[in-house]
Formats: sequence, C-alpha cells, structure tokens
Amino acid sequence: MTISPVGRLEGTVLPAPVLDVSGLTISYRDQNGTRTAVHGIDFSVAPGEVVALVGESGSGKSSTAQAIIGLLPENGRLESGSIRLNQQDIAGWPQKRLDGIRGSVVSLVPQDPGNSLNPVKTIGRQVAEILIIHGKASGAVADARAIELLERVGLNQPALRAKQYPHELSGGMKQRVLIAIAIALKPSLIIADEPTSALDVTVQKHILDLIDELRRETGTAVLLVTHDLGVAADRSDRLIVLKQGKIQEQGRTADILANPQSAYTQRLLADAPSLNIRQRRVAAVATASQGEASDDIIIVEGLVQDFSLGGKDKGLRALDDVSFRVRRGTTHALVGESGSGKTTTIRTVAALQKPTSGKVIVDGLDLSAPPRETLRLLRKKIQLVYQNPFGSLDPRQTIAAIVEEPLLNFEPVPRAKRAEIVASTIEKVGLPLDVLQRRPHALSGGQRQRVAIARALVLDPQILILDEAVSALDVTVQAQILALLDTLQRDLGLTYLFVSHDLAVVRQISDTVSVLNGGKIVESGAVEDVFERPQSHYARELIDAIPGKKYPSLAGQSLSTHSGNIR
Amino acid sequence: MARYIVSRVGQALLVLWAAFTISFVLLQAMPGDAVLIKFQNPEYGLSAEQIADIRAAYDADGSVLPQYVHTIGNFVTGDFGYSLQAGVAVSAQLAANLPSTIRLAGLAFAAAAVLAVIIAVLSNLSGFGRLRSFIQSLPSLFVSIPTFWLGIMLIQIFSFRFRLVPVINPGEWEGLILPVLTIAVPISAPMAQILLRNIDEVLTRPFVSVARAKGASHAFVLWQHVAKNAFLPVLTVAGVLFGELLAGAVITETVFGLNGIGSLTEQAVNFQDVAVLQAIVVISAAAFVAINLAVDLLYPVLDPRLKTKLGAVS
Repeated sequence: MTISPVGRLEGTVLPAPVLDVSGLTISYRDQNGTRTAVHGIDFSVAPGEVVALVGESGSGKSSTAQAIIGLLPENGRLESGSIRLNQQDIAGWPQKRLDGIRGSVVSLVPQDPGNSLNPVKTIGRQVAEILIIHGKASGAVADARAIELLERVGLNQPALRAKQYPHELSGGMKQRVLIAIAIALKPSLIIADEPTSALDVTVQKHILDLIDELRRETGTAVLLVTHDLGVAADRSDRLIVLKQGKIQEQGRTADILANPQSAYTQRLLADAPSLNIRQRRVAAVATASQGEASDDIIIVEGLVQDFSLGGKDKGLRALDDVSFRVRRGTTHALVGESGSGKTTTIRTVAALQKPTSGKVIVDGLDLSAPPRETLRLLRKKIQLVYQNPFGSLDPRQTIAAIVEEPLLNFEPVPRAKRAEIVASTIEKVGLPLDVLQRRPHALSGGQRQRVAIARALVLDPQILILDEAVSALDVTVQAQILALLDTLQRDLGLTYLFVSHDLAVVRQISDTVSVLNGGKIVESGAVEDVFERPQSHYARELIDAIPGKKYPSLAGQSLSTHSGNIR
Repeated sequence: MARYIVSRVGQALLVLWAAFTISFVLLQAMPGDAVLIKFQNPEYGLSAEQIADIRAAYDADGSVLPQYVHTIGNFVTGDFGYSLQAGVAVSAQLAANLPSTIRLAGLAFAAAAVLAVIIAVLSNLSGFGRLRSFIQSLPSLFVSIPTFWLGIMLIQIFSFRFRLVPVINPGEWEGLILPVLTIAVPISAPMAQILLRNIDEVLTRPFVSVARAKGASHAFVLWQHVAKNAFLPVLTVAGVLFGELLAGAVITETVFGLNGIGSLTEQAVNFQDVAVLQAIVVISAAAFVAINLAVDLLYPVLDPRLKTKLGAVS
C-alpha cells in the first residue's frame, strides 16, 4: 500500500515530506499476549501542512503519535515499518539518539495541560530547560529567552509567570506554556496530541488559533491528533481517518467532509454533533402541555450559594441570583465553562447541599426548608448520571447488584420483584440480559453508561440530572446514548437537567438552555433562540467557539440509525 | 503561617500531655514497684518493717492523684525526679545517655536514607531483567530481618570472621559502624519501598513524557523531574519511622553493649524504675512530635502547591 492518491495533488512537484510513515505496525504486550494496535499504516506530512489524525478510542491514533516521537509506553513495540523524519528513518533509533531530535526537530503539545507540567518546578525553568538540554542557551540567557517565549504565546506578565508554579496558572495558560516549549527550537514537526480536549470551548479556540498562527509564522508542520471531527474539519489541510489501527480513508479535509468514501467515515461524520445541526425533535410531552406554565417541575428562584474559604477570607460566591424553570418532560441544559457554577447548581437541585439563599421547588417539594421525609421523597424523584462511566460503577459488584442497589434504600421490595424490576430496566436501556451477571470491567464505555442510566431509572424517577453524561464517550457511542436518552424521555416522560461543556451536544438534545458565567445566568431561553440569536456577549463568544463552523451542516448525508446497535 | 505553627505547637503539647498521662497510669497499674524490687533484695537484709518505713518515706502507697499532680508539676519545671535504682537525678542520667543515642539514631537515619536512595537509583539505572527485580526485592528482605539477629550476624561476620571492625574496645567512631548498620537496614526498607513505588508512579505522569519530548535523557528526567516529586511522600514516612528508630536503638544498644537511652530503658524496665521510664516516654514523645512538626513545616518549602491554600482557578 502506498500513499493514497487523494493525498497528492497531480501535476505539482511536492517538496519532500517532513514526515513519511510507511508500513508502521505497533503492538502491545500484556498478560494475554501480544496485541497489534496499529496495522501497517502509511501517510505523510508536507512542510507547513496540518494533517489531522482522527479516530475513536482504540483507533491507534495516539500510539502512532507516540511512536513518531519515540515515546511508546514500556510495553509498546514498533514491530515494523519506517518513520522518515526529514528523510531520516528514525524507526530503529535507540532512545539516546532520539533525545537529540526530540524537542529540536519534532516536538509535542500534550493532551492534558493540567498534568503535563512538573508541579514542583517553576514555569520559567521548565521552558528554559529545553534550551539547556539542547545546548542552545544556559543560565540567565536561557531564562530571558524563556520569558520571550512566554510572551510570544500570549501570556500576560511573562516575567511574573516564569516565576510561578503550574498550579498558579489556569488550564489554558498551562497549554500556552506547553506550546512555548514545543516551538522553542522551531522544530519541523509539532505533534499536537488532543491539545484542547481538556479545555473549555472558548479557550480551545484561542489555543488552536495560537497553534495556527505560530505554524504559519515558522512554517512548521503539525500532526493534529484528535477525536473531535469539528476541530479536525476546521484546522486541518488533510485528514486521516483511523479505525482499529487501520487507515479507513485519507485525503484533503474538504474532500472527505464533502464526499466521504468509507462507511465508517460516513457514520463518524453523521454522529459528530459539531458537524450536524440536527433539528431537535419537538418534545412530545412539551407540546401536549403547551401553555401550562404551572407544569414546571423544577423551579429555581434567586439561588445564591456562598462557600467559605476558611479564615478571615470573605468567601466565594459560586452562584449569584440564579433562576430558571424546567417544564415537565423537557430537557433543560446548563452550559458554561469550568467554574461557572453548573455543578453547584445541580448539587443544589439534587439537595446534595443547602443553598445560602433562594428557593428551589422540585415537583412541588420546597427544598429551601426540607424536612427529612421531603428529602427521601426527593431522592426517588431525582437521580443523577455522572460523567465517568469507569469511575461511577463499583468494579466488584455485578451489574445486577449495581442496578438493584437503589431499590434497597427504600421500602422493602421482595427479592423476586426486585429481580424483575432490574431486568426490565436493563432492557429499557437497550442492554442484553446476560450483562446482569457480569462486572463493569467486562463492559465497554457505552455499555457502562447504559448501566449508569439503568441504575438511575430503577427507582422510576421523574427527573434525571445528566452531569456531562456523554462527554467521555466516543462520538458514535455518544450518538447512541443520546438517542437512548431521547427514546426514554418520550416513553417515560422524563425531565432532563443536562449539564455539558459541549455546546454542540447541548444544541442537539435540549429544549431550553441557561448559559452560566461566573455564577450568574447571562442568558436563557429556547435552544434555537439562544444558539441562533445570542443576546449576550458571552453567549455569542461561547457559541462562536464551537468547532466545525468551517463546514456547516452536513446533516443532509447523515445516517439516521443509531439506536439499537450497541458497541 | 504563624497561626498554623501556633496551632501545631498546641497540638504537640496536647500529645505530650496524653503520652505523659497514659504512661503514668500504666506505670502505676503495674504490680510491684521499684521500692519493693530494690529493698526486698536479700543482700540488704531488711526486715518487713524497715521496708514499710522506707515505703512510707517514698510515699509509695500514697494515693495516685496527688502523685500525678506532683509529678506533672515537676516535669513542667524540668525536674524528672530521682532514679531509685541508681540513686541519681534522672536528668543527670538523661544528660549522660542522650547524646550517644542521638548520635547513633541520627547516623542510622542518614545511613538508611542513603541506602534507600542507592536502592532506588540502582533499580532505575540497571535497566531490566534479573538485576532489577533482585534490587526491587531488597526492601522486602530488609524489612523482614530482625534487628537483634542482624546485629549478632554483623558482629559474627565483620568482627570475628573477617576481623574488619573491632567490637572489643573499639574507637569512638569505629564502634558505631555496625550498630548504625544494624538500625539502618530495617529502617531503610520502607523508605526504599515507597521511593521505588513513587518513582514508578511519577514516571507514568504526563509531565515526564513532556520532559522526554524535550529531548531530556532518562537520567536527566530522573534527577530533574522525578526525584523531588517521588521524595515528598517519603518525608511523611520518615517522620513515622522515627518511632522505629527508637525501638531499634533499644535493641541495638543492648546487643552491642553501648551506653545510651536504649540501655537505660532496658535497665529501667528491669527494675521498674518508674521515674526513669516516665522521663524516657516523655522525651521520646517530645522527639517524635518535634520531628513530625518539622516534617510538616518542611512540606510547603519543598512543594510549592502547599504554600498558597487556594490555587488559581483552573
């Protein structure tokens, strides 16, 4: 297999590629033997080009990136193939020799800025270090150069930042520092491994803009590894779609988006919320009860939440006069960046904490002064589904025990009846009954999230609070879970309070939305109104930052069958 | 910060008071007492009446509460009372024995730290295979060796067989080599183990990959990025290990016939010399509390994250 013809423009003489990967095969050793993660893939990156490597978890995109920079995990092995960096095959190089080119010829912008800087070293030292390692500068010169680099990546007060430690900087600032390190020696290739996945959407936009700008300035090529098709669509010249270690398709980004060849790419594009402004189905129950404002199942009025920071400090106002209403049977989304007060709001609505002041009425129960019995009643009405399907299920319990547990906390139900309820709930969420005797580790991420939903549904609640419930899932699985939530809402008349940082998902699933910023609601209303005609500056900025704008609505080609099929 | 230190010192005083009170109660609850043990000795040839007189003089049968108040008052003013057995002030005994034990413990602790670091470094630089797994199993071996046995074995091997280190009338420092090793080996084991595990854990952190991606060599990453991060948890354990250091000193001083708090403790226990034991308990508790306070105060110096209570909102 050679480079796919779409990747090369006919009739033009292309400059020698910065990176030319051919026949790359990577395997991992574990207790069960050897597992091949990447199967002989070929691709190349031309100077100054941005190539996006997209795929879902397990597609081998990160392994490929790690192999190129010679940093596969200990149990990973480069089985065969060549990695030509500026015409030099580095595939067989020992680590010592790779040290010479890492940082100077090829550099890395990592995935998780929060953990990618050494917590006990100053920012300045960590930037200066790359100059020192490669003998480009030392002492005061290196420190001065580090400050220049910090200024270059847009950090305010760079001299002060250089003296600070990572925990004193925000996530976006940390990613800027990591970019400063990556560009310090003007490498030929930057590998950006999910560079913005851990960041808020507006910060994501700024970081991607910065990478773009620096790339243009220095002519550096970028290999952008991402699961987010919207980001890939906006930012790349060419696209490589990986699935289970094999290239499904590669070519010019615009071509692939306009006319995807492989079935897998087609499905991926159809499932990506940011590329599809899919019309929200009109909530069945909502239309039925149109006009009846009295049917608001959640009423939040003037909610204020202060946290004391201990000592003489004045404390932190996490929520400031938050008010919204949710009509029964509809989905209300709370959006905002980290620290905006989303989590605090849902914790208060779920009566997990007492508000400083304000009123919360859930299905007629006033939570401002809840007697014990009210709280118990409320627990049956409201259930939560959390973000991380890996952490929220006890690994030592069987699925049956996990789903059954909420039933044991209320009035006794006979064993046989319990088993019956558990089985019917598992069926409701589209899982086969044979999962009941298994444990969470035997299930995929999507299946686990279905179990978490089943556990929430087993008490027959009226409200589900979905806290980033689909954020950790791959797009195709995400689409299935969203479809499931939609079906459940219609069948059971559920009300959802949906918390997400992913505005594209919010647009797809919600009826109404409240935009939070700094503990205040800056805008709220019907989802179409807010997304199409944002009134506040902040909401506009947030919506503009959603990736995938470059290729609006590909919804025409979307395949509409998601539900049922479980991965 | 000043407020933090004041509250910590307050806690320390509370611990000291509790240690004093608990040991006082336990020592009082023991059957028999020092007066009986000393004067019942047939060598003195004392009659029962004479013993009763002496007991009255010492107020050995007096009620407990006044004794408690009296003793604690004396301790606060630095008066630890008199050793019945030796007939001298306890403070004089402590002054005579403390310096040698502090020297032994300090050296042993330093040796243990060095040993732990050597194990950690060897394990991380030796590459893979058998040597690495052998080195990594050393801590488990070290921790399972009983101190008294190790002391005897070291004397057997190094002094009697190879005649490297004299045990009979050794020089001041020469005589410390084997005792220091005896205490250091078991103390080094938990330190080495925690260090090894932390190094492995820190090596998987993303910032290590970032450092490697800068072109840093494995050794550079170990010293510049991993060492400090991996060392922080060891500090906590070091404070706790101090207690074992004292226990180790008791056995080691006995095995090697050294003077010190250890041998003083042993004699005091044999003769139920309550005043001496009480003083040793309080002194040990004070040392323990002081070391742990020092560790807590050292933390913010080594870890910048602990300096400010509230970090930037990320």
